[in-house]
Amino acid sequence: MAFDKLELNETEVWDGNHAAAQALRQAQVDVVSAYPITPSTAIVEGYAKFKSDNLVEGEFVMVESEHAAMSGCIGAAAAGGRVATATASQGLALMAETLYQASGMRLPIVLNIVNRALAAPLNVNCDHSDMYMVRDSGWIQFDAFNPQEAYDLNLIAFKVAEDHDVRLPVVVNQDGFLTSHTAQGIHPLSDDDAYNFVGEYKPMNDMLDFENPVTHGVQTEEDWHFEHKARQHSDTMNIVPGKIDEVFAEFEKLSGRKYSQLECYNMDDADVAVVCMGTSVETAREVALEMREKGIKAGVVGIRVLRPFPFANIAEVLKDIKAVAALDRSAPGGAAGALFNEIAGALFNTDSKMLLSGYIYGLGGRDLTKKHLVDLYTELQANADAGKLLTQQQQFIGVRGPKLAFL
Amino acid sequence: MENNGWNEFEIGAMLRTFDGAIEDIAGTRQEDRNYTQNSSFTASVADWRLEKPVFNKDYCIDCQFCWVYCPDISIISRDKKVIGVDMDHCKGCGICVEVCPTNPKSLLMFSEQTDEESAIAGWPTKEDKEK
Repeated sequence: MAFDKLELNETEVWDGNHAAAQALRQAQVDVVSAYPITPSTAIVEGYAKFKSDNLVEGEFVMVESEHAAMSGCIGAAAAGGRVATATASQGLALMAETLYQASGMRLPIVLNIVNRALAAPLNVNCDHSDMYMVRDSGWIQFDAFNPQEAYDLNLIAFKVAEDHDVRLPVVVNQDGFLTSHTAQGIHPLSDDDAYNFVGEYKPMNDMLDFENPVTHGVQTEEDWHFEHKARQHSDTMNIVPGKIDEVFAEFEKLSGRKYSQLECYNMDDADVAVVCMGTSVETAREVALEMREKGIKAGVVGIRVLRPFPFANIAEVLKDIKAVAALDRSAPGGAAGALFNEIAGALFNTDSKMLLSGYIYGLGGRDLTKKHLVDLYTELQANADAGKLLTQQQQFIGVRGPKLAFL
Repeated sequence: MENNGWNEFEIGAMLRTFDGAIEDIAGTRQEDRNYTQNSSFTASVADWRLEKPVFNKDYCIDCQFCWVYCPDISIISRDKKVIGVDMDHCKGCGICVEVCPTNPKSLLMFSEQTDEESAIAGWPTKEDKEK
């Protein structure tokens, strides 16, 4: 190999962005086509530095917009390379058109979204409105709750995406600043272990196979478009979940770190539970333990895989819980929150008597404090004791002014 | 093209140009290549055309301008001699006529209904250059 390896310590102090950049280096990504945006810039900047320091062999393509960044990734992936990039918020919004191209073309690109609020008002801090904006774009979506997971899930993402039965692009989400700029102790794999886990890239229908010329990105109208979308959905629903479980298991064997489509904490005997994503999962875990000392059997479910949404798993986990809160970190725009809807949909035609309430929180980087979660669990317990919802179905946490409640 | 079900095609918005591998594409003439039904080579777009070019070999000097400029690779040339126009793919843009340097031109546009014999019979004569 024409590049140098890095000797990593057993524990490194990395923030989420650097952790993701290290994973891109170890996966030996061939092409990063990127445009900088806060708070994701350090990921692609990190890859560029590794490249200039001869620590990875690849191409770094600086383009004029996020639309061009993903277009470059699509071209490189169709040509037959291992490809990744990163973006956030407004950048993701500009990239949105091409995300649908990538998934429809079944190209295994890995996109790091460092979750940030969408303007207006302009805001660089964390919420999940960018993640939610592209949740129906046909990409597999993972969510990291801390820097270690941002590293692990990037390696896992390539292995899932590039499987020839899958061939779908993967988003790895992490919370802007809260994860991306928070340095923590990380246990990385060695360069060799990481690369061997991801494996050598196996091309499929690549444009650089001159003996088998192919046309990518064809046009279909009413005669064929529906069949392509149906095939993609069928593969996403039927093949992807099993493949994710398989890769999670393989990663656990290698690293000792266990991942699940739903991360359940203290759920076995729980009466009340909070379902959330990102760094909030860790805060909720801590509060749940404290609630148990007060006699409230509290649990937490963290959504590790947002797409394909683990409907059956969540129905199984929540069916005997008395009261559940769905926490959505995105302005719902005239509807219930997305997690509220997914959970309601998963449980609706079952015998579960679960009481479900939805909460909008943390927009534009507003803190979700332990006090908020103590109040939330207390409210859930009151619902459970009463056997009915004592509040409206949608409330807001941590917003100033008169209390907001809907539905 | 067959109307297959959602589970009966290769994934991706991707189509193959040839049935099987092709080893020497540059050395294989179009008519000898194993194009699939999905290739534009097997699809006729003749009905896009309002006017058609007619080739008159009597005046052609084989300069290959038309072959070079045709945006649809529809001028058929063999051993650097133009032998005709691929009427399945020509869209009648008239660029070949525009770039033809002979006097009179060796390619002229005629209505789609004009037959080739009468087009050639009525071909214009050499124009005198203005002094």
